[in-house]
Amino acid sequence: MPDIEETRERYGRTLARLAGQDRRVVALDCDLGRSTKSHDLSEVDPRRFIDLGIAEQDMISTAAGLASCGKIVFVNSFAVFLTGRAFDQIRQQISLPKANVKLCGSSAGITLGADGATHQAINDVTLMRCLPNMTVIVPADGNQTEKAVVAAYLHPGPVYLRLSRYHLANFLPEDCAFEVGRAAVLREGNRVALAATGPVTAHALEAADLLQAEGVSTGVYNFHTLKPFDINCAREIAGRYETVFSIEEHNIVGGLGSALAETLCELFEPAAKPLLQRIGIRDAYGESGTAEELVHKHRLDAEGITGTVLEVLEKRRQYRR
Amino acid sequence: MFERLELKAWEARLELIRMFSYGKAHHFGGSLSCVELLTCLYFYKMRYSALLRDDPDRDRFILSKGHSVPAQYVILSMLGVLPEGELRTIKQLGSRLQGHPDVNKTPGIEAPTGSLGQGLSFANGVALAARLDSRQFRIFVLLGDGELQEGQVWEAAMTSAHHRLTNVCVLVDSNRFQSQGSVGEIKGVQPLAGKWAAFGWEVLEVDGHDVAQICGALDRVDDRSGRPLAIIASTVKGKGVSFMENSFKYHNRALSEQEYRQAEQEILEQISSRKHGHAGH
Repeated sequence: MPDIEETRERYGRTLARLAGQDRRVVALDCDLGRSTKSHDLSEVDPRRFIDLGIAEQDMISTAAGLASCGKIVFVNSFAVFLTGRAFDQIRQQISLPKANVKLCGSSAGITLGADGATHQAINDVTLMRCLPNMTVIVPADGNQTEKAVVAAYLHPGPVYLRLSRYHLANFLPEDCAFEVGRAAVLREGNRVALAATGPVTAHALEAADLLQAEGVSTGVYNFHTLKPFDINCAREIAGRYETVFSIEEHNIVGGLGSALAETLCELFEPAAKPLLQRIGIRDAYGESGTAEELVHKHRLDAEGITGTVLEVLEKRRQYRR
Repeated sequence: MFERLELKAWEARLELIRMFSYGKAHHFGGSLSCVELLTCLYFYKMRYSALLRDDPDRDRFILSKGHSVPAQYVILSMLGVLPEGELRTIKQLGSRLQGHPDVNKTPGIEAPTGSLGQGLSFANGVALAARLDSRQFRIFVLLGDGELQEGQVWEAAMTSAHHRLTNVCVLVDSNRFQSQGSVGEIKGVQPLAGKWAAFGWEVLEVDGHDVAQICGALDRVDDRSGRPLAIIASTVKGKGVSFMENSFKYHNRALSEQEYRQAEQEILEQISSRKHGHAGH
């Protein structure tokens, strides 16, 4: 596998492989197949790649019809259109009846870059997380994407897969463990925990190195599944660290930060809860720029994460005096 | 045969009114307008029965105008898919008969609808699955005329035509009223036939309460050459109950006991005249 890989690329290859093994697998797209990579499936069987034109609502309901006949349907578009434009169709015809449809939201987040605010999904996880019966997965790199796509395929019901075109080196092992609903412990520490989701998890790992060099013992946890949320891992983090940071390329309203906050504050144990600080897009829209520039601007790169952590630790010191 | 179907339709109307009873709001108008259409589909055209309920080759009926599901519950009860006594539980807490179609709760319901405009897309998905699996069954979709204001209907109409999904058949229950008034006043959808034709459909126009015309049109679904079939059925909202007919006021409301008795009586008279009329010939 290539070192540098966008999660959407591994998604397309994995989808094509699954379609080769299972005739029930069908992909639908809305005129973005070569970008979302769903078009890869057409090399296996062109009849099972269906382009519905620029009509997201039609695509979602069509997928529900296919699923009602036993097909395993992967629907594709940019995350922003898929979850926003067709939200009511997803609500009524996918999540309510528990249709076996995999919603694959591509080019999610600000790392879409140049296309700007209209095309950058920053609240897709919020929208999908509030739907009953929905599983929400955000793969961090190519290797985890392959595991996630297979897990979504095997899961009998609706799944939202958030995919990215962030150009990044794979940083998880090819044989990384993956279980839906179970966060991955990437690194253990005892003072600061970085809970990250999606490709920016790579920057959390880099930040942990920088923090370690500053003498701050830092753990890194990858929450690839945002729903169902891993309560056990949240409890473990709460018992072990005094400060926790959620890190996501998404609005801090409704994403990983919210899921973690909701979970932590409802825990009976430990009685003394860690402080949670959310790092992400701070309730603002994106803009045009390169992925790297935007990640830097929103302080989601290693430098930004490290800076935020050190600032928060300093503030805590002041409050304790 | 048509007399039998017509009588069945009026019996279905009676069941419908008795299921609704009085004191509780229901979607009267749009349920009463599509009774003949549903009767002809289930008792004349479709390969469907209680035994075939889960058969992968059964014909499908998809009620895109989901608020008319009471009419479908009555037909499913007449077919034995739903036990007779269950109809009275409609919309009660814990009932299998929800206010709008629920595929997980109610046997015989094929598609989750209610939020309008989504049924034809769903039907296209079923048709595409049938094509992939080389199955020959047909999919009938019932839309309201007010529902045609939803843009997704026209996205789906393009999909059926583009993919030549000739096993999909649309029926438009054109009762000319929607929730808040007449369709023409709120936002006109005419010319209906011209719109469907322009989207690549063959169009037939029928009187939606004339079972012979409906059956004749439904038979045309089997001799398709390239274009799917849309049947525009001209109907009367609230058909069969004089004070409900051609009014939007009974789109979704409760009857008084007196109104209920009158509605039941009017339908009973229709049934009685048909029974005696036929006995005399």
